[in-house]
Amino acid sequence: MHIPDGFINAPTSLAAGAVAAGGVGVSLRRAAQTLQEKQAPLAGLVAAYIFAVQMLNFPVAAGTSGHLLGGCLAAVLVGPWAGALCVSVVLLVQGLLFADGGLTALGLNIVNMALITAWGGYAIFLLLRRALPATRTGVTISAGVAAGISVVLASLAFVVEYATGGNGGAPVGTVVAAMVGVHTLIGIGEGIITALTVGVVLGVRPDLVYGAADLQTPLVLAPKPGDPAREVS
Amino acid sequence: MRSSNLRIFLLGGLLVAIGLAMLVSGFASGSPDGLNKVAEDHGIAANAKAHRLESGPLAGYAVKGVGNNRLGTGISGLIGVLVTFGIGLALFAAVRAMRSGRDRSEPTRAP
Repeated sequence: MHIPDGFINAPTSLAAGAVAAGGVGVSLRRAAQTLQEKQAPLAGLVAAYIFAVQMLNFPVAAGTSGHLLGGCLAAVLVGPWAGALCVSVVLLVQGLLFADGGLTALGLNIVNMALITAWGGYAIFLLLRRALPATRTGVTISAGVAAGISVVLASLAFVVEYATGGNGGAPVGTVVAAMVGVHTLIGIGEGIITALTVGVVLGVRPDLVYGAADLQTPLVLAPKPGDPAREVS
Repeated sequence: MRSSNLRIFLLGGLLVAIGLAMLVSGFASGSPDGLNKVAEDHGIAANAKAHRLESGPLAGYAVKGVGNNRLGTGISGLIGVLVTFGIGLALFAAVRAMRSGRDRSEPTRAP
């Protein structure tokens, strides 16, 4: 979903660059307040994992593929602020090292793939968590569904950018329909990958999952008062 | 105990990422992604400009001088994962350091 140079005009790209810089700045400040010590190296791993999985384009329709965006996944694992930073790092490495995603479009791509998916995806995740039981299964399903919807949100963000300053003659209505249609399919893949990944991490180290911090993990984190088990650690 | 567990978890996760980027990436679909397909179908793609760094040594997830596509993609993937991990570790260590000493009241580990 990386926008190359030339799709969106310079003023719109510049404006998106300013929004992206502001969003990254906010994320840095908020992450500094919320990121726990053990989550800092995990966030580095999440960025590396998203880079890897973004290479794995899966087919979604005739002659069309999609790949993970990963913002919602990152937000569930390390929080929306650090999560947005994870994807921003990935986009920076892709743009500078692999010529993937235009340099003048970096702001657009950070807005669509990092900020919208991490913040928007996490907001939907929180809403779903309220509706579903507070269990690992509830967290996993919420993460998957929210991630899928976040891809459609990102595709709508592109449409807004295209409507504002897109180069090309296609009417906005046509682009909306095409973008939402194909990204609904890609969102299914995003949801499956996100749910699988969150499920595995919850199985191995549930205490590391930011979006499941409220779940009780009685063996380690919440020994009953006076329980000798608390002396074990 | 906990911190060594965390290290094992991180190492395991990194190996998974390396495996995906080096080995599985060769089987990825080569079709344009959703955005590029829409752009091709609706006359947006014609406006695309060449990437300014398209002659870089790793541009397009290939490696200059490596003729075998799958090998080039694998090496690119390995480099990308390690570089991203390195930048991520440094960034989030810096983010942690931004936290001025006022809030260090995290639960401590074993006494």
